[in-house]
Amino acid sequence: MAYTKSVPRIWRERIRKYRLLGGVCNDCGKVFYPSRRFCPRCGSGNVNKVTLPRTGKILYFTVIRNAPTEFKSFEPYILALIELDNGARILAQLTDIDLEEVYEGMPVEAVFRKYKEQGRDGVIEYGIKFRPRE
Amino acid sequence: MEKVFIVGIGATKVREHWNLSLRDLMVKSAIKAINNAGINKQDIKAIYIGNMSSGYLQGQEHLGALLATWLGIAGVSACKVEAACGSGGAAFHQAFLAVASGLYDCVMALGVEKMTDAITSDVTSALIMADDQEYVAFTGASFVALNALIYRAYIKEYGVKQEDIALFAVHDHKYAVNNPYAQYRREIKIEDVMNSPLIADPIHLLECAPIGDGSAAIILCNERFLEKKVSDQEGVIEVLSSVLATDIISLHDRDTYITLNATRVASSKAYKMARIEPKDVNVVEVHDAFTILGVISLEDLGFAERGSGWEIVREGEIEIGGKIPTNTMGGLKARGHPVGATGIYQIFDIVTQLRGEAGKNQVDNAEIGLAQNVGGVGGTVIINILKRVR
Ligand SMILES: [Zn+2]
Repeated sequence: MAYTKSVPRIWRERIRKYRLLGGVCNDCGKVFYPSRRFCPRCGSGNVNKVTLPRTGKILYFTVIRNAPTEFKSFEPYILALIELDNGARILAQLTDIDLEEVYEGMPVEAVFRKYKEQGRDGVIEYGIKFRPRE
Repeated sequence: MEKVFIVGIGATKVREHWNLSLRDLMVKSAIKAINNAGINKQDIKAIYIGNMSSGYLQGQEHLGALLATWLGIAGVSACKVEAACGSGGAAFHQAFLAVASGLYDCVMALGVEKMTDAITSDVTSALIMADDQEYVAFTGASFVALNALIYRAYIKEYGVKQEDIALFAVHDHKYAVNNPYAQYRREIKIEDVMNSPLIADPIHLLECAPIGDGSAAIILCNERFLEKKVSDQEGVIEVLSSVLATDIISLHDRDTYITLNATRVASSKAYKMARIEPKDVNVVEVHDAFTILGVISLEDLGFAERGSGWEIVREGEIEIGGKIPTNTMGGLKARGHPVGATGIYQIFDIVTQLRGEAGKNQVDNAEIGLAQNVGGVGGTVIINILKRVR
């Protein structure tokens, strides 16, 4: 599919994705990921960009056993909703972990990892995953 | 605002239609609805087609012109309406607006999805397009996985046993047995559900709505058209209200995961517009793409207290004869969930009940029905409230 094979598409998200660039709302206080022009909760445009902390804990997780085609070869893998130390929430895969180890509340830290490949001749897409923190 | 009536319904059975294409399905349900209304196809001034993934799964867009061509009414106003799994409900909502506004006297809302030509992992890729491609689909999330997170949040918040939530699937299958349009016309037991393979923990295969093909269509008109052009004045249904609401598209941006805010917003507006309360509803269709969604929806629609949706399932209150008969034709789980068509199938099922045509599944004296159609993980919710008026 066209959308899965584009270099500019990855390039233009690089700062928000690789640096965990989030936003904070000066009106309602919500911290969110990724950064954007308006607060998703209250709609305010009075928001600042903020580099999010790279540590947090698992709120909820699931094990994906039937993946979308691009991720088929990685089955099974853990997907988690993570709360970072400043309250921002992010959805990401876990890595360097066995399926039996994961639990709600587990402390985790961000690492830079491969997510998928744009086919046999395409580029590799990287992003932030989380691993258990000592 | 013009009053809006439903005067015709048509649908194909939901199944793996190896012998029917996307366009075949559309034409079939359209003709059935036109014949059911007893009108001419030339009477239709506009068509709104609910569909989510024809482009990705069939390589086919531009469904409005395609259907107009194959139905032999090119020239008619027709286009596709998309709101993920809420596409059908959204198309019905547009059809409602078109008649209510006074612009058109007779229109058709049609839903269609052709899923079974694709391999399962491609369907999984298609469905996750309901969420943010860059920040959710990118992570390898599946649509089932997102609902699994909701499931975990609900269980943690209320300390509920999974069996009590999974019971929703058993409920749906029981009623699909008597529905000739249903995909799975057989009963299942709670042990079957709990022993079926995990798709995304804790969600089991038999807690998920199946993949299937189908199309359903509804004819809507105003009062003048009803009196002049419709010969059968029995079993006429009025659309009391039709409301669409959105919510923040992705879970990680929301403040809560155990309620779908768009259901609350849309349903409270719809009750008000229809001048009724939840207790006045005789039959309801909820969007149980996963068992947990059925339970949460009962709460968000005002039929159960927060955290007790599973209790009214267990206590039989959603059975025919119970306080709030729910998914009486099999729901998404067993009637089937051809994604973009589902919202129209729900209206089809409610009209069937209100007309007294539900056979063994008939709810006695059903007068008011409500359908809740959900797009994505609640990013869109459409509520339609219908009433039998003659
Ligand atoms: Zn804000």
